[in-house]
Amino acid sequence: MKNLIVAPAPHAHSGDSVRKNMLLVIAALLPAYAVSLAAFGWGALITTLISIAACCATEWVIAKWVLKQQPTLCDCSAILTGLLLAFNLPSNLPWWIVVVGAIVAIGVGKMTYGGLGQNPFNPALVGRVFLLISFPVQMTTWPLPQGFSGSYVDAATGATPLAAMKQIVKNGDMSLMDKLPDLQDAFVGFMGGSLGEVSALALIAGGIFLICMRVITWHIPVSILATVAAFAALSAPAGMCPCQYTALTLLTGGIMLGAFFMATDYVTSPMTGWGKIIFGVGIGLLVMVIRTWGAYPEGMSFAILIMNATVPLLNKIRPRRFGEVVKK
Amino acid sequence: MSTFKIGGVHPKDNKIYSAHQPIVECPLPQKAIIPLAQHIGAPAKPVVQKGDKVKVGQLLAEAGGFVSAAVHSGVSGTVTKIDTTIDAWGMKMPAVFIDVEGDEWMPEIDRSSDVIREFKLEPKEIIDRIAKAGIVGLGGACFPTHVKLCPPPGQKAEVLIVNGVECEPYLTCDHQLMLEHGEEIIIGIKLVMRALGISHAIIGIEKNKPDAIARMTELTKKTLGIEVRPLKLKYPQGGEKQLIDACINRQVASGALPISTGAVVDNVATIYAIYEAVQKNKPLISRVMTVTGKSVKQPGNYLVRFGTPLSQVVEMAGGVPEDTGKIIGGGPMMGRAMNNIDMPAHKRTSGLLFLPEDESRRGEVENCIRCGKCVSACPMGLEPYLLSRQSELKMWDEMEAHNVMDCIECGCCQFTCPSHRPLLDYVRSGKATVGGIIRARQAAGK
Repeated sequence: MKNLIVAPAPHAHSGDSVRKNMLLVIAALLPAYAVSLAAFGWGALITTLISIAACCATEWVIAKWVLKQQPTLCDCSAILTGLLLAFNLPSNLPWWIVVVGAIVAIGVGKMTYGGLGQNPFNPALVGRVFLLISFPVQMTTWPLPQGFSGSYVDAATGATPLAAMKQIVKNGDMSLMDKLPDLQDAFVGFMGGSLGEVSALALIAGGIFLICMRVITWHIPVSILATVAAFAALSAPAGMCPCQYTALTLLTGGIMLGAFFMATDYVTSPMTGWGKIIFGVGIGLLVMVIRTWGAYPEGMSFAILIMNATVPLLNKIRPRRFGEVVKK
Repeated sequence: MSTFKIGGVHPKDNKIYSAHQPIVECPLPQKAIIPLAQHIGAPAKPVVQKGDKVKVGQLLAEAGGFVSAAVHSGVSGTVTKIDTTIDAWGMKMPAVFIDVEGDEWMPEIDRSSDVIREFKLEPKEIIDRIAKAGIVGLGGACFPTHVKLCPPPGQKAEVLIVNGVECEPYLTCDHQLMLEHGEEIIIGIKLVMRALGISHAIIGIEKNKPDAIARMTELTKKTLGIEVRPLKLKYPQGGEKQLIDACINRQVASGALPISTGAVVDNVATIYAIYEAVQKNKPLISRVMTVTGKSVKQPGNYLVRFGTPLSQVVEMAGGVPEDTGKIIGGGPMMGRAMNNIDMPAHKRTSGLLFLPEDESRRGEVENCIRCGKCVSACPMGLEPYLLSRQSELKMWDEMEAHNVMDCIECGCCQFTCPSHRPLLDYVRSGKATVGGIIRARQAAGK
């Protein structure tokens, strides 16, 4: 008889792979990306392509020449990081700033720790926060949605709904109320803001797709959204309907993108159900604290990065062992 | 519809190849090798010698202790030697070698196909007959059945759970047994209920066997105390602890015996063997095994006498397929890969699975991406990613503290890992080391 393969059980595999998970997340981001293209036109396209290309190039160069490993571009994780980084940037950002962000995201955020699976912080957010601190003006100049018309670099810019909300909350400046989008616009899209966060609807659809495909579980998004909603409902400024404030809080800025796509990053989130829920609640609280009392109008990136640091601790929470609570 | 509460996975069941194939008897071999350690516990002690003439069903070796099981001859002929052999799992063990002559049975064995319904035996007598017949759990663990039927002092059986789950993909032998010998199984259940002094039994069957559920439900209609419990499809539901959880909603505590929940679990094949032993005087000398695989010519369910070389069973199924890359004794989740098929069938060989070359290799191992899927999949609520890393780093104390001894080695973690990490390989070897450390500590403490 010819040679047989001998190995210990199990001899079956689910067919799941790192690449498959990454591709599914990328697929789930596509509806939101379609809205971004419609809103920001060439800016969305060019920024994204530069970001992905720079992330892949950084990973390849570091793996090949510095770590002397086989580059693992095939697992598609660098593409996903590039896409997520672009989603977190203004679409009219100069190309070289995007490249710097990508180098920091992959180079500092991921490869310094040893590559995929080893990094404590979400690489895309490391890149974004680095840019936010280094290039505060460019990173907070938000283009208005105008589609493919005109040049993207000197597109008309304006305040985001979040900035207006911040003023209302902080200074009680009710004259800004008419700057707030109506809820339908906020839900479907077409507001100023980061490239990928314009349409809450598309992001929610992508998130639900990921939960249905069992790529992510409900724990993190639900706990983040519930915490944010509860906090907002209780802290609505006087003169504003708590319902409207809560809805606007949830639908504007990076909450949806963060809750479904950034905080659920496998590597930087806890493993067990309870760990994930605590992680989500922590993010929800931090983002609302930053939004309400912090210097920045948006705090999703900071909230997620801070909670990333608690993950090794949260992973000490054990899942319930079989037979732990003996029923009588 | 109920199921167990923690973890579990959904492998493709692949039962279509051999499902509903009637049980066919495999012809006798010319030479039989009968291993003497076909069970958990001490090997049996031979009572025959070289040159002895033996008949089918004759005792070859008696139990080597309380947790041990007698071994009987599956063939008639002359004992040529008693020597070591390597069994289907690659284990070295003593065995009786027999040159087969004719097919002469022990006279007290009832070989007719009549179903014998009446019994007047006392519980003690039933358990004695089960022990004498060398019956072990045929679901895979091969734990001596009479031991299970004698609960330790202070523990009392309340319910018999009959395992008709057959959660391993591909295997169909238990399914077919329920379809063809349902009535005998019901009598066997009554015998065990009498032996245990209980009045309640539950037959757990997964819903991918609707005809078995229908057949057993019909048979239990007029029987008081026996009910059929259809179960949701989920692996490893056939695990003893998982099945107890699924059927009576009680979980065996870490380190405790299943009997602590009041449940005794026996496989349908074991129950059928009990019927044959008690009602027909037939010791455990054969079993139904599934021979299957995508490229097998005649996949089916074969009644095989112990001692028959597996190669002969494979001939019945149309020979080894051309594209075979891996031959597995048992199912794909917990079965053992074998390096040849010359070894004899024994009490543990529930199936032979031929995997084609392209399904035989493991995927390339990548970094752990900490997705936590192994944690969600573990039916014992353990953290496989952590245990496997601790095993790599030889952190035995930490492994023990993280309950590695609770691992049932079902393979859910490795099955589900997107990075194809050999999680169970590491956990299994670490568990063996930790088990040794615990035993040494207990021995030193005495």
